Formats: sequence, C-alpha cells, structure tokens
Amino acid sequence: MLLFLFKRAMTLLLVLLGLAILIFVIARVVPGDPARIALGLLATAEQVTQLRDEMGLNDPFPVQLWMYLSGLVQGDLGKSLLTSRPVMDDIRGALPATLELVLFTLVIQIAIAIPLGVMAAIYRNSWVDSLLRVVSLIGVVTPGFVLAIILQLLAAHHLGAFPVTGRLDPGLSFSADITGLLLVDGLLYGRLDVVADASAHLFLPSIALAAAGIGQVMRITRTAMIEVASRDFVEAARAYGIPERVVTFRYMLRVASVAPLTILGLEFASLIGNAFIVEFVFSWPGIASYGVRTILQKDLNAVIGVVLVSGVFFVVANLVIDLMLSLLDPRHRIIAERGK
Amino acid sequence: MSAVQDINFASHGLSARQMAFYRFRRNPLAVIGALIVLSVIFAALLAPWIAPSPESAGSFVDFRNRHSPPSWDNLMGTDNVGRDVLSRVLFGYRISLGLVVGVLGVAVPLGVVLGLMAGYFGGWTETIIMRFTDIMLALPPLAMALAITAVLSPNLINAMIAITLLWWTWHTRLIYRIVKAQMNEDYIEAARVAGASHIHILFRELLPNCVSAVAVKISLDAGFVILFGAALSFLGLGVQPPTPDLGTMVATGSEYLPEMWWQAVMPGLAILYAILGFNLLGDGLRDMLDVEL
Repeated sequence: MLLFLFKRAMTLLLVLLGLAILIFVIARVVPGDPARIALGLLATAEQVTQLRDEMGLNDPFPVQLWMYLSGLVQGDLGKSLLTSRPVMDDIRGALPATLELVLFTLVIQIAIAIPLGVMAAIYRNSWVDSLLRVVSLIGVVTPGFVLAIILQLLAAHHLGAFPVTGRLDPGLSFSADITGLLLVDGLLYGRLDVVADASAHLFLPSIALAAAGIGQVMRITRTAMIEVASRDFVEAARAYGIPERVVTFRYMLRVASVAPLTILGLEFASLIGNAFIVEFVFSWPGIASYGVRTILQKDLNAVIGVVLVSGVFFVVANLVIDLMLSLLDPRHRIIAERGK
Repeated sequence: MSAVQDINFASHGLSARQMAFYRFRRNPLAVIGALIVLSVIFAALLAPWIAPSPESAGSFVDFRNRHSPPSWDNLMGTDNVGRDVLSRVLFGYRISLGLVVGVLGVAVPLGVVLGLMAGYFGGWTETIIMRFTDIMLALPPLAMALAITAVLSPNLINAMIAITLLWWTWHTRLIYRIVKAQMNEDYIEAARVAGASHIHILFRELLPNCVSAVAVKISLDAGFVILFGAALSFLGLGVQPPTPDLGTMVATGSEYLPEMWWQAVMPGLAILYAILGFNLLGDGLRDMLDVEL
C-alpha cells in the first residue's frame, strides 16, 4: 500500500511538472510579444524593451523556464496584468467561489443521479426506464450555456425566488474568512440567513452545471445495478427473507456504487471545465470567470495560473478517487500497481 | 437472447453487415438520430437555396423588421438588426459542420496513429506517448482552448486549431486500449512469424480491428465538437460576426432576454438538435457494432 501511494505520488508530480512545462512552452512559443501585449500598441520601443527585461523575456529560454519553475515551487505565478496583483492572490480569492459551486453541483448530481439510476435498474425496460433514458440524454446533449440561459429566462418569469447573478446578496454583510465557502462559513458563524441566501444563489448555476453529468452517472449506476442484481449474494439475501428495500439499497447499491465513484474524479474535472461557461453566464465570481476575463485581456501570467490550477485539481481529484477505490476494493490496487 | 437471434440470422443467410444494419433499423432512437444528422447535413449543404432569406447570413440589416417574434414570415423571428434567425441557423450549421470536419479530419488520424504505435511498440515509445497523452488529458479543455484562441486571436481557424490540439488524446487512449488487448491474439503472432513488417501489422492487421470503435467515437465526437465550438464562440473567442455562428447568435441574443427570447433560444435549440442527432446516431452505432468505448 505504501509503495502504491509512493508510486502514485511520483506519477502525480511528474504529470504536474509536465503540465507546467507544457503550458509555459505554449505560452512562450505563440506569436506575439507578451511585453507588447501588456503595454498596448501605443507604448514606445524603449518601454517594451524595458518591460521585456523586467519580465526576463530577454534571457535564454532554459533560464526563463528555470525562473518560472522555481517561482512555481514557491507558489509565485507572477503578476496579473489585468489586476496588477500577484496571480496567486487573485486565484486564492476566486477559488472558493468555484469550489463551492463545483462541490454543490457534485452533491446535487449524486443526490439526483444515483437514486434515478437505481430506479431505472429496478424498472428496467419499462416506460420508467425509457423516460429516464430520454431525460438523461437531454441532460447530456444540452449545452451548458443554453441551459443556463433557459434557466435565467424561467427565473425571470417563474422562479423569482432564485437570483441569477452573483454569489450573495450585496445587502448581506458577511466575510467568509474560515474556509471561503459561504455555506460552510455561514454555518460555522451561525448565520442562517447567509446560508439560505447563498443556497438560493447556488441553485440555478449548479443545476445548469449538473445536467450533463446527471445523465452519465445515472446510466453507469443503472448498468452496475443490473449487473449486481444477477449475483448470488443478492439471491441469498432475498432467500433469507430480507426486505427488498434493504436488499436494494443496503446490499446491492453498496457494491454497485463503485462504478459511479470511478468517474467522479473525471466528473469533478469536467465540472471545473464547464464552470467557465456557467460562471460567465451567472456572473459567478470564481476562478473561471477570472480566467475568461484575463484570457480576453491576453493576461498570460494569469491564464497560465488558471489553467495550471485547474489541471492540479483534475490530477489530484483522480488520485483521491484512485485511493478511495483501492480502499474499497483491493482489486483496483493490484491493477493500479501493475500499471495501466 | 442475442445469440439465439444471431443463429436465426445465420440460418436466413444474412451476412454480418446485413445483420448489423437490421439491428440498427430496429432501434428507433438510432434511426431518429440518423435522420437528424442527415437533416443537419442537408441544411448545411443547401443553406443558400433553402434559406428563406439568404442575405441574412451576412451583414445585412433591416431595421424596420428588427426584434420581430416568430411568425409565418420569420419562423424563428428576427434578430437585433432584422435578420431572419432561421436563415442564420441554417448557415450556422455550415460553420458547425465545417468545424467538425476540420477538427476530426486532423485529430482522428493523428490520435489513431499515436495510439497504434504506443500499443504496438511498447517500451519507450509507449511511455513517451502515453505520458504525454496523460498530461494533455489533465489540461482543462475549455480553458486551454480559450487560452490558445485568445493568444492566437479569435477566429474560426484558430478555434479549429485549439480544439484539434486537445482532441487527438481521446482517440490515442481508445486505440491504445484496443491494441493492448489485441497484442496477445494469435493473429498478431502469426503475422510476425510470417515476417510481416511493422507497417503491415499496424495498418493491415491492427487498424481494421479499431475501425468500429473509431466510427462510434467520431459520431459521438461530432456532437461534442459542435458544442465546444459553440461554447468558444459564445464567450466571444470563436467565429466573429457577421459570420452566422450558432454560439455567437446565442451570445448576442442573450442580451435581449427575457422579452425577445427567440434570438437566443432558437439558435440554442438548433445546437441542441444537432448534438442530439449525433449522440443518438453514435449510441445506435455502438449497439449495432457492439463496441465498448
């Protein structure tokens, strides 16, 4: 187990290093002078040269790469041209909003998709199953931004209780200084008004974000449940006279839940990716809308930072899922140790 | 169940291909998907002839007729400068499908060849290709595509480049898995013993075994490329106006929500329709060819 952990951690570091180098190379080989972009077309040639010196752009490439990587290790991502603050601070400020949105969405996905998947499996090949299949398909094929816009449209007319922009009503004064997550900090401070308002703000964006994954998780749960249903232990449990409800949810679901769990890491990553669209539509002050704003301004340091941080989340989420799986089911550990 | 059916088919003298086609036709959702895909392709090809107002595709303006809701004259209403939304949607499909062809035309062959090589040669080739693929897969795709198009300056070609750079990895991983599973099969060993060249084994022995999986993947991919391209344009980083692009139309139209909803919702539904078609078709092909992705 220790060897496995060590191996996984080393692979993780390698992937992260590769990621950092790759992003840096992409950012440097693209045409266009970052200093010129930063200063705009009106800047004089001397100003550009001076900024190039300050940014270290005149150094040989390996030196630049080394400076960048050693900065990274110390958590220094350079300065944002858009906000003139260190990129790390900007990201640290925006990250909790995104994390809260993504985690809330993940909870919604699991809470909706797994029961529906179980239902589809119980009533397989009936009209319930077909209906759920169509619903999940609609979720998969509806682009996040189209759904977001339709939800906003509905909110304007019918769902007045749900705000369509921002994270918290500006009238509520509250600073989330413990974890940065409004729901968690609101609970810790005992501010139920904050928790209620933040949940209302979270509702529409997280529905827009959740739709695509719900279908996927549902299908996987359905398949796994059907597969488990044919195993002997289920028949044995029934033969003992254990109520059907208990057999389904206590015995079968425990085994079947391994399958949806395997894709949760991937799901988490794709949520961070899709958050770019949803945050944009709902003016959610997270890392993705920071990313879009800095991208539009060609703020390279900030863009690199955002991409890198999202990449880290992706890799770490997958590692966590792998670990959880190997704790649940030793077979996964053996497969992972042998390499994929 | 299916084994029994297969025997029946065999006794009726149906070839494997006829059998697969039969299975496809019996799946109503797959047929609907194929019809949707065909309708989108026809709309794109015939847009100049079937669009009620072909001049709406360009920078045409008709201010007297702006913001008019869906009616018999303008089935999907008109936009903020009086252009017919339906005509722009039909022309928009040209851009979407062009993007699909451009992206998949490069990404699929590249991904397939790398996957074949990684699976077949093993060793260092495998390590380098697959580790690089892992890294590429760790990049948040939308963020990367946004970053690339923003730095290269936003337009259709650069959006295509950005999406292509990210897309090949999925095919590499798919083919790699298939090849790895095939490597222990006798026919590979037989080909080797018979003195077949690497090229022969890669492209004449292994590749044919990947074709069905790739076909299914392409069909499913097409929908997601459309989605991806629309998302880029929606954020202002893809196709630039006045070219009629569905994502751009949703973005422009959303400024007039909620009163003039059709300007954003109609192109949005048009995107949904195309993606739905490719997905149903892909699912149908998957069942028909019996492949796992």
